[in-house]
Amino acid sequence: MRRSATAYWIGFSIILALLIVAPLVLPEFWRRFVTEILIWGLLAMSSDILIGYTGMISFGHSVFFGLGMYCAAAALLSVKPPNLWIALLYGLAGAAAVATFVAFFATRLREIYFSITTLVFSQIFYVIIFTWTEVTGGENGLAFSQPPLSILGIWSFRFTPVTLHWFVLAVVTISFLVLRRVTQSPFGMVLQAIRENEPRARAIGYSVERYKIVAVMLSGLFAGLAGVLYAIQNKFAAPDFVFFLVSGEVVIFNVMGGVGTLVGPVAGAAFFLLLREGFSRYFTEYYLIPVGIIFTAMVIFMPQGLLGFAKRRLNQ
Amino acid sequence: MAIPLEQILIQTINGIVNGMILALVASGLTLIFGIMDVVNFAHGDLVMLGGFVGATTIATTGNFWLALLVAAVVIAVFGAVLQATTLRPLIGRDPLTTILATFGISLVLQKYAIWQWGPSARRIQEPITGNFNLFYLQYPWYRLLTAVLAAAIIGALYLFLRYGKYGIWIRATTQDRVMAQAMGIPAPLVHTAVFAIGAGMAAASGVLFGPLGGVTQNIGLDFTLRAFIVVVVGGMGNLGGSILASMFISLLEAYAALIVSPAQAVIVSFIALILTLLFRPTGLFVPTPK
Repeated sequence: MRRSATAYWIGFSIILALLIVAPLVLPEFWRRFVTEILIWGLLAMSSDILIGYTGMISFGHSVFFGLGMYCAAAALLSVKPPNLWIALLYGLAGAAAVATFVAFFATRLREIYFSITTLVFSQIFYVIIFTWTEVTGGENGLAFSQPPLSILGIWSFRFTPVTLHWFVLAVVTISFLVLRRVTQSPFGMVLQAIRENEPRARAIGYSVERYKIVAVMLSGLFAGLAGVLYAIQNKFAAPDFVFFLVSGEVVIFNVMGGVGTLVGPVAGAAFFLLLREGFSRYFTEYYLIPVGIIFTAMVIFMPQGLLGFAKRRLNQ
Repeated sequence: MAIPLEQILIQTINGIVNGMILALVASGLTLIFGIMDVVNFAHGDLVMLGGFVGATTIATTGNFWLALLVAAVVIAVFGAVLQATTLRPLIGRDPLTTILATFGISLVLQKYAIWQWGPSARRIQEPITGNFNLFYLQYPWYRLLTAVLAAAIIGALYLFLRYGKYGIWIRATTQDRVMAQAMGIPAPLVHTAVFAIGAGMAAASGVLFGPLGGVTQNIGLDFTLRAFIVVVVGGMGNLGGSILASMFISLLEAYAALIVSPAQAVIVSFIALILTLLFRPTGLFVPTPK
């Protein structure tokens, strides 16, 4: 146990160091690519709290992600001068509010009914955002300029791709450490108990519904954080990101990487984006045909995902 | 705001016509769910594929009825292959994994459709072109024919399930898989057959829908969502409930479209779904479980 913990932190440090150095050595395209992997990885990680730890497949993560994005956009467009931290605050508040709302309804239901309800909520918010043109910009979305990175109100820098990458990396790393701590806390243990056997968790005396609501809120909060990061990186918010296909992709990241591991979904996001990149060179917009086939095959033959598969191989 | 009576009547007829098409899709979905706990995310895409196969057949032969038959048979065979290769290995695992697998299939089918048939909408030529006067509208006979055809197919399915030998096999497997197998019913084959029937019905609704809205690769998602709503509102795995729920949801949307834009009318059915799930999660149109 002790040795594997040491190995874990050594591995973690190596990967972190590689990610810190990455933007300095990679060409422009791949630098951006790695930053995107981190953002999508954070979104996937947030969804893992539900899929992997509580056993609820959410098809509503695009809502939390999208609300984070739109609320950050609202802050950047309305508050003068644009402030990064206020955008972050707005985004988190928006995502948390909508997550509470969705959680209130969706957590009363189990299994596929939970999935369908979250899916329906993502459609509701998509329709609202798509049709409410005066506020959300409708189909065109909202465009804004990137806020400067201000620290303690004293220093203020313009983001370069490299500093943006480091900023994203810092946020994602802190989120990872927080989420890891949460999953190992008594709260996280209760969530896993719910996943393993809900009636038993209830019989022991845990208020299952309350735990589930908090899990969805927590998950939504970090999904919103990913949305804010994505908005800051790309300087726009678009309704496409609220559409439930994004939620579907998040589920794909999780399954590909391995649910219930937190690191797995990030690896899954990287794997998916690499596959997309590779296949779109040959298949252009039809990359989802091979990627979809690989995903379906992985559901059938590799239910533990890449990470689970690798772990089992290493243990042999 | 007063809405003229004739508009309400027109929307009632529209609602019933759309409801019958939806019922055809949803009854396949609910049959599949009832028998093997598979939530088929790709069901709407089978509708879409059926529409495209039908459109291609009409383009080559010019015969609507042949197209209906060809689409249903081709997609049924395709469905059987799909079930045997991707869903059969998942039997006995968590039902949630079937959502994932069929979601993957759905993505593949959508992209395949763009690749094969292109992004533009295919319109299927209706077999009868006459209109009749409905207040100030020229209402096409074809719309009514659609409702009748859909009802006929559902009726045939009902009779088959009620009286046919294989229909009884299907019902037996739905009720108790293990016991049915003990009685000598080949349950895996029944599963494949049910998936094929559901797929065939989806394809038929795709062809019937073709003249009304045109076939694009996007209609699949829409049908999947609406069929999900209907199946949950009607009670998972309950055939009669799904048909009533299709009518209910379609009428609700049709009336809502009088007041708000059609895009927003969809929200009404979403809200109906959420209310159903909260207050009567077993479905609106089933007897209260004891």
